[in-house]
Amino acid sequence: MAVRTTELVIIGAGPAGICAALEAASHGVKTTLVDRGEELGGQLIKQTHKFFGWHKKSAGTRGVLIAKKLAEEVLNNENITLLNSTEALGYYDDGTLLVETPRGIDRVLGDRLIVATGASERMLLFPGNDLPGVYGAGAVQTLMNVHGVRPGDSVLMIGSGNIGLIVSYQLLQAGVRVAAVVEAMPTIGGYAVHASKIRRLGVPIMTRHTIKEAYGKEQVEGAVIWELDENWNGIPGTEKDLEVDVVCLAIGLTPLAELLWQCGAEMAYIPELGGFVPLYDETMETTRKGVFVAGDVAGIEEASTAMAAGRMAGLSAARSLGKVSDLDYSRLRNEIAGELEGLRSGPASAKILSGIAKMRAMLQSVKEAAAVSEAEPANQPANQPADQPANRPAKQAASEPAEAGDLPKAGARDSEAQGNNGSKSEEAVGA
Amino acid sequence: MSRTDDDIIVCRCEDVTLGEIRRAISEGATTMDEIRRITRAGMGPCQGRTCRQLIASELARKTGKPVAEVMPSTIRPPMKPVAMGSLAKIGEEDEE
Repeated sequence: MAVRTTELVIIGAGPAGICAALEAASHGVKTTLVDRGEELGGQLIKQTHKFFGWHKKSAGTRGVLIAKKLAEEVLNNENITLLNSTEALGYYDDGTLLVETPRGIDRVLGDRLIVATGASERMLLFPGNDLPGVYGAGAVQTLMNVHGVRPGDSVLMIGSGNIGLIVSYQLLQAGVRVAAVVEAMPTIGGYAVHASKIRRLGVPIMTRHTIKEAYGKEQVEGAVIWELDENWNGIPGTEKDLEVDVVCLAIGLTPLAELLWQCGAEMAYIPELGGFVPLYDETMETTRKGVFVAGDVAGIEEASTAMAAGRMAGLSAARSLGKVSDLDYSRLRNEIAGELEGLRSGPASAKILSGIAKMRAMLQSVKEAAAVSEAEPANQPANQPADQPANRPAKQAASEPAEAGDLPKAGARDSEAQGNNGSKSEEAVGA
Repeated sequence: MSRTDDDIIVCRCEDVTLGEIRRAISEGATTMDEIRRITRAGMGPCQGRTCRQLIASELARKTGKPVAEVMPSTIRPPMKPVAMGSLAKIGEEDEE
C-alpha cells in the first residue's frame, strides 16, 4: 500500500475544492486533490448554461468553460498533485486518509484536510419510483450535456426550482418534449426569467401539484399527477394522466457529509442549508481541528459562492500551516469575505444567511460547552477515535424544534424539499 | 394491478420497501441504526445516500420526533463497498 505524504489533502475537485487547492498552492502549500471522477470540475462539467454571477466574476460564462479553465490551472500547478478516479474511504485521527484508487487502496497522510464533497440529490417516494426512466436532474444533465444522450422522448419534471427550470429548457433544446413541470409549493421556486423561457415554449408549470405515481411494465410509460390541498395531501378527482417515458426529479440537494460524520465533526440539522451540515467558523474550519469545509457540503448554495468559500478554506489551511504572512492573510481574507458578502446580497440568499447564522449560534454553544469541560480531556471531540463517530446532535436540537414539526404529512416533506430547491439552485446567484 | 404505498421501494440498493420500514418501526425500532440492522436499508453500494432522508422522514412521522433529532446511522470506514482482495493486499504489502 502506497503512502503519500502531503501538507494539505482536499476531497472533491468541484468548484469549491479546485479553488481551495489553487489558493493553498499559491502560498506554496503542497496539496493533494482527490476526486472520484475522471474529469476535474464536479457538477460544472454538465452545466452548459451561463452563470448569473456577481460583478464580473464568472458572470455570463458557461459552467463547463469555467471547469475547463480551472482544470487547466490545476494541471499546470506544480504544488498540486491530482488523484482522480479516487474515492475517500475514511479519515483517521493521525491525519491518514484512506483512499481507493484504480490500482488499489492507498494512504494519503496530510497535515490539513479540506472536505469539499458537494451534495447528493433528494429522492421522492411514489409508486413506480424504481422504474427505469425515473432520473434525478443531475443524471439527466450528465446524459445530455456530457454524453450527448437523450434520456427519452417526453419528460415530466418534478420541482420548479432553478435546476428543474433550467434542465427543462435544456431538454427542450435537445428536442425532448416536456409534458409539464409540477411544483408542490404554491409558487414557482426558481427565477421568473427561467420560468418564462419554458412557458413561452408551451410547457405548463403547475404549482400545488405533485406526482401520484409512475407506471409501466419494463420502464416508465406514463405518470399520474394530482393537485395538493393546504395540508399537502393529494385531492382525489384531480388526477391527470401524462404520457411520458421520463420522470425527472429536481427536488433539491442535501450535503454529502459522510466523511465529516465519520471523523467526528459536530453536525447539526439546518433546513436552510439543506439538512445535516458541519458546524464551521468564518475560516471554514470545523470542530475537528485542521479539518475545513467548502461548497455544498457546508450548505447548499451555488458554484460562485462555492468557489469563494473554497478560496477561504484554502487560505485558512495555508495560514494554519504558517505559509501566509499576517499582512497577506488579512488582505486576502477581507477580499474573499467581501466577495462572499456580495454574492449573498440578493433576496434569494436570505435563507442561506439565516441558516449560516443559526449554524454559527450552535457552534458558539458547542465551543462554550467545550470550554467548560476542558478540565476533562476525555470529553474533547478531538480525542474521539475516528471509528467512533460523534453521532450526537449539536446542543441546539432540544432548544430548536423549528421546522421539524412540519413533517407529519407526506406532502409536507416533498414541499420542503422542493422549496429548498427553489431559492438556492446550483445554477444562479441572485445579484 | 394496483400498487400500494407499502410496495414503494425506499432503499434501491437492498430492495427495501416502505412497508418493511413501517413494519420495523411498528415493531419498536426508534433509530436509523435499528432500522438498518433489521431491514438492511442503507447497507448497499450507495451506503444510504439515497434512502437516508426518506427513512428519517418516515421515522420522524411515525415517532413524532423532529427530523433534527433523527441521527443518521453510525458511519464507519470504509465508506463504500471495497473488494476483500483490496483489503487483503494492504496487509500483504505492509509485511514486505
